[in-house]
Amino acid sequence: MGVTSDVIRTNQNIWTRARGWLRATYAHVPLLAWLFASLFSVLLETFVGIPLARALGLGKIPALFGVVLALDKPALIPGAFLYLLVIYALPISILARLVAGIANRLAAWLMTFPVIVTAIVHLGLLYANLSLWAELSDYRDLVARLAMIAIIVTLSLNVVNGYMGEFSCSHPGFMALGAYAASFFTIVLFVDENRFGAPLLPPGWGPFMFPISLILGGIVAALGALLVAIPSFRTRGDYLAIISLAFMFIIKSLFENLEVFGGARGLSNQPNYASLLVVFIWTILSIWIINNFVRSTLGKALNAVRDGELAASAMTVDTRRTKMTAFLFAAFWAGVGGGLLAHVIRYINPDTFGIRKLAEVLAMVYLGGLNSVTGSIVGAVGLSLIGEALRPLEIYKWIIIPIMLILIMIFRPTGLVAFTEFDPVSLFRPRMENRKEVDHGAA
Amino acid sequence: MALLEVRNMTHYFGGLRAVHDYNLAVEPGQVRGLIGPNGAGKTTVFNLITGIYTPTEGEIILDGESIKGLAPNVIASRGLGRTFQNLRLWRHMTVLEHVKLARYSKIKYGLPGAFFGTPARVREEAAIERVALELLDLVSIGHLANQIVSNLPYGAQRRVELARALSTEPKVLFLDEPTAGMNPEELVQMMDIIRHVHAEIGMAIFLIEHRMKVVMDLCQVIQTLVFGEVIAEGTPDEIRSNPAVIDAYLGKEVVI
Repeated sequence: MGVTSDVIRTNQNIWTRARGWLRATYAHVPLLAWLFASLFSVLLETFVGIPLARALGLGKIPALFGVVLALDKPALIPGAFLYLLVIYALPISILARLVAGIANRLAAWLMTFPVIVTAIVHLGLLYANLSLWAELSDYRDLVARLAMIAIIVTLSLNVVNGYMGEFSCSHPGFMALGAYAASFFTIVLFVDENRFGAPLLPPGWGPFMFPISLILGGIVAALGALLVAIPSFRTRGDYLAIISLAFMFIIKSLFENLEVFGGARGLSNQPNYASLLVVFIWTILSIWIINNFVRSTLGKALNAVRDGELAASAMTVDTRRTKMTAFLFAAFWAGVGGGLLAHVIRYINPDTFGIRKLAEVLAMVYLGGLNSVTGSIVGAVGLSLIGEALRPLEIYKWIIIPIMLILIMIFRPTGLVAFTEFDPVSLFRPRMENRKEVDHGAA
Repeated sequence: MALLEVRNMTHYFGGLRAVHDYNLAVEPGQVRGLIGPNGAGKTTVFNLITGIYTPTEGEIILDGESIKGLAPNVIASRGLGRTFQNLRLWRHMTVLEHVKLARYSKIKYGLPGAFFGTPARVREEAAIERVALELLDLVSIGHLANQIVSNLPYGAQRRVELARALSTEPKVLFLDEPTAGMNPEELVQMMDIIRHVHAEIGMAIFLIEHRMKVVMDLCQVIQTLVFGEVIAEGTPDEIRSNPAVIDAYLGKEVVI
């Protein structure tokens, strides 16, 4: 008994000391330094990744940090672990600390310009990281694009289920509306396809018109949302969950029976417009706009409606308009996500937007955390990776993910990073050791 | 004409007559009280005037315009602010956010501002924040601005409610038992704050109270409601000596 508790205590000491050491070492490393360090890692992988992977007996580079190997070929785990250590963990942890000083000065200098400059520099570096990393395998490229689309969809669902506290199930339906509308637009206008005939516009225009098709998809989804919202927001409670679930099934069977859209066979031959850069830009745009919205006083009205509708209306908040706006807004982004998805996988059928999609998106929202932009990003990316890792299990994946959802609901009902505010500007800020920074934080 | 006028208001919940032939005339700057035993229908009167229920019969006129049947948020933005008897704060929000949000109907930047963070929004949010901080200082909780409300002690939560109601810029402020559940010390502080707020802003106040000390000290005119009907209306002294009130409400002995 005594021995065990001693062991536990020493372990705790080691943990607290390790945590303290980590905090002391990395407290002053700004985001910019992490981006530089990971850029180095990615470049390192570009040049020595393949030979190193061969030397470690991996055959090819571990595409997703080894998560796919874990279940598929467990014998390769030690090799993959070494690979990750050499390519990512060590260079990033050492280099980030080394360049922290310069990066801090650079970040401080960037702060003297308008915020947009800092934002563009950071996002540019982030994209450089991402594109170099995705360059090395098509699989990475695909997973990265799908994960970013998942961020858009998760974040938009969080607006309704998290910020507004209603329970909506119709997001796959909105995605379907967006996907079909956007696909229809691009295929009819820019693709020579046997069903719709020759393109109506020069295909060269296509990539430039792609944003229009996505916005169109978003608007169609928002119009669909109006159909759900009008009956369900007259009252509170479970009505939205029921009506929105019904809506999802209606949309699915609608597309199954519409021969114009290929019926159950679906719609294919979408042009390849949704490149990594395009998806990246739309993802950043959605995060920026949604985050702007939820941080504004108009957006805070969502929280007030959730936490006390009566008080909200007594404080001049137009609760019905607030709910409608948020719901349509969320549907718009789900539609945009659907449109992007259609052009990434370049084939959609009604089954893509069924109950499985719903389970996946809900799991991403609740895993990541309600009422939190950061949470949605964590949830979407995390579950995308877990989904890929579980791919070898095939159909059992759909047993594991719902079980995870249940466990999250029991043990952490609000999710991993719930109820936080995401402030991009503070993310970009230099982390100097002087007291100025402390004052700034207190102010 | 009075600032807020209620004429012959009657309300039924199904077959139950909750309020009968209720009349009220609040003059600008006046402090009025509404007292009555439990279940007399005081909060119902509040809910009827502020639009949570629509009265079965009668007229409600604010500043010369009928507000009967309007949505609560419209009535609130016309100038009827209120607090609630059981605190109705938004548990995940900070104190400052509460007071800022009560200016919802005055926000002009609209959805484009909310989505794209336009300069107009930045300016307006800053202006709202200034006003909100002033109001928090007015009720002496400026230092708690960034606290989540559910972490605050009860007395402070009551003040948040008050500041939030003030933030709607009411012409008439409805206070539903502002001192409910307070200890004697908090009670005295709350009364001081109400007096202070009234002196600073000068809006009319209409309050429900259980504690005679509070009503008698604060109010110029008091109504007594019993079973949904006003049985007496007058100055504190008149109410105190009114035999019907003593009978129905204070009991046989004069307490104060």
